Amino acid sequence: MSVLQNGNLKSFNLDGLVDTDTGVISREIFVNEKIFEMELENLFSRAWLFVGHESQIPNPGDYFMSRMGTDTVLMTRDNDGEVHVLLNSCRHRGMRVCRYDSGNTMTFTCPFHGWAYSVDGRLVSRAGELFGVPKLKAAYNGKLEREKWGLVEATSKNYKGMIFATWDSEAPPFEEYVGGFKHWIDNLTDGMTGRPGNTVAFDGVLKWRVPANWKLVVENFLGDGYHATPTHPSVEAVGIGPAGKGKTRHFFDAETEAFATKNLPMTSFVQLGHGATDTTHSDQFWGRPPAFADHPEFTEYFNNLWDEKRKLRLEAGLPMGGFGPATMFPSMSFHALGFPTTILVAHPVSATVTEIWRWFVVDKDMRPDAREWLRHYYLRYSGPAGMTEQDDMENWNYATRASEGAMARRLPYNYQIGLGQTQPSPLPGAVESEGFFTEEHMRNYYRRWQNLVEGKSWSELAATPAPAGHTGG
Amino acid sequence: MTELADSVHVDAVRQLEYFFYTEADLLDERRYEEWLDLLHEDVEYIVPLRRNVHSQDTGREFTQAGRDILWFDEGKETLRQRVEQLATGLHWAEEPVSRTSHLITNVRVTSRTGDRIESSCRFLIYRNRMETETDIFTGRRLDTVESVDGRWLLRKRVALLDQSVLLGKNLTFFL
Repeated sequence: MSVLQNGNLKSFNLDGLVDTDTGVISREIFVNEKIFEMELENLFSRAWLFVGHESQIPNPGDYFMSRMGTDTVLMTRDNDGEVHVLLNSCRHRGMRVCRYDSGNTMTFTCPFHGWAYSVDGRLVSRAGELFGVPKLKAAYNGKLEREKWGLVEATSKNYKGMIFATWDSEAPPFEEYVGGFKHWIDNLTDGMTGRPGNTVAFDGVLKWRVPANWKLVVENFLGDGYHATPTHPSVEAVGIGPAGKGKTRHFFDAETEAFATKNLPMTSFVQLGHGATDTTHSDQFWGRPPAFADHPEFTEYFNNLWDEKRKLRLEAGLPMGGFGPATMFPSMSFHALGFPTTILVAHPVSATVTEIWRWFVVDKDMRPDAREWLRHYYLRYSGPAGMTEQDDMENWNYATRASEGAMARRLPYNYQIGLGQTQPSPLPGAVESEGFFTEEHMRNYYRRWQNLVEGKSWSELAATPAPAGHTGG
Repeated sequence: MTELADSVHVDAVRQLEYFFYTEADLLDERRYEEWLDLLHEDVEYIVPLRRNVHSQDTGREFTQAGRDILWFDEGKETLRQRVEQLATGLHWAEEPVSRTSHLITNVRVTSRTGDRIESSCRFLIYRNRMETETDIFTGRRLDTVESVDGRWLLRKRVALLDQSVLLGKNLTFFL
């Protein structure tokens, strides 16, 4: 039973706003509040969304308050060790049953009228069930059907420690939704050591508000290689990366950068909408840790990890590459190179405001001094205090503001790079660009976006063939 | 503590205020190289994240330096990099320049031993940018200053922002 009734999608017409054949997309989709409402109604209501990392809730009763779209949720661990994602709103009058960012409890008691919900399997038959109702006899004559009024539970998936959830119990299973993009997520979960699920999140999630449309945020990581040089010259001038000054914030030198931008293709999932700024074979071109400028003791350590991971992957018949930056449709972006490894979720607040959350991830058994180096690097790289991300946010902010103008919003954005220029990808359902500059990722993303926001059902989408010219090989 | 401060304490507070007001002016005037000169070489610059916690659980309110994720947890080398980034003229988050006012108040000396003073104060940092972009950040600062070769330098700063979700889009200014 789907309490949230996702069977009845509201149909909405976005005709003429998204033209992926000519690469022209209306600005309205980035500033229009009505379209934003339909995103909440038809997209965030059923997409798979990242909620948190299980390392944040190691013990039974642990919980972390998170978000899915504009809804507040609790990521909890029950007494059997299972993870659940519950809508944090009392079924009586809506009060948040939990107002703390994180903590430990098996019972969530609403402060308003005292309804109590449990995740303890010894008390209730499903997580979040309503088991305590004050004055059940006197007020309800004992007649409240408690089993119908539990906290709503999202369909969740624990993928090697990453907790994803959807409100739609009819959504495609997580593996089908992700498809071949799983290799990028595997680099996120398996870290630098490459051992499956061998990663933890650092304690502390960055949360901040940006006056920008959420889609501009995730586009950045989806496949916007084009912005890197013009947006980030100031951080590149100071040398915040492991190779220090003269090398980029990752660790490339000018020659490697030039080679990569010419020769390094990107991967776009034509119908699933995911995108990455590299391929699963990108490890042939880059990724091997550099010589550290100021910490020679790390050069050998990280290179050994790289070699061990390569061995593991080869033995398992799996690719090594696929480090991103990348975006999982619709709103989770990440880096999985190790330099850095970080997960972003763009939570929609309004058409022109987004709340961004950032997690930082590291291998469980990383050597303590290396882990500490990475932690400092992560902090100076990403987030509101990150020297790289600050300049991205300026763009997202004022691109949105300028596009809100009455005349400006009548114009489209240009997404024409790499039109018709794709080559086959070894991954089913994916294409590769011919170089580092393409907007194929965005065209495919927005086609998927339009289909979902217009209210097409999952089965309608599954039956729709990929458009001509986008299938590669 | 309800006794009035004695004159020795008042002197120390006045000296600290002078230090903090000088520092605030340097920052508001973007004289960042001179600001760096006020920092000890081993300065610790810490701005933790803040959680919404139960009144009986306030030990978990702040993330921990040296271990967790914070807004800032760095030393002079990274602070120098930030100043260098600002000086490139290409740091779009600060081009055009923001207008800031660092207001420092409620200055108290919490301990004094020889060449080291520990203090508590409040800050209100107002930032205005472009036409209407406005942020107001307040919080408490726990500062340690040390006298080195006759000069007072900032040895440690812990800034406790009064926000859990940061309500500004970036932290391109120094607290």
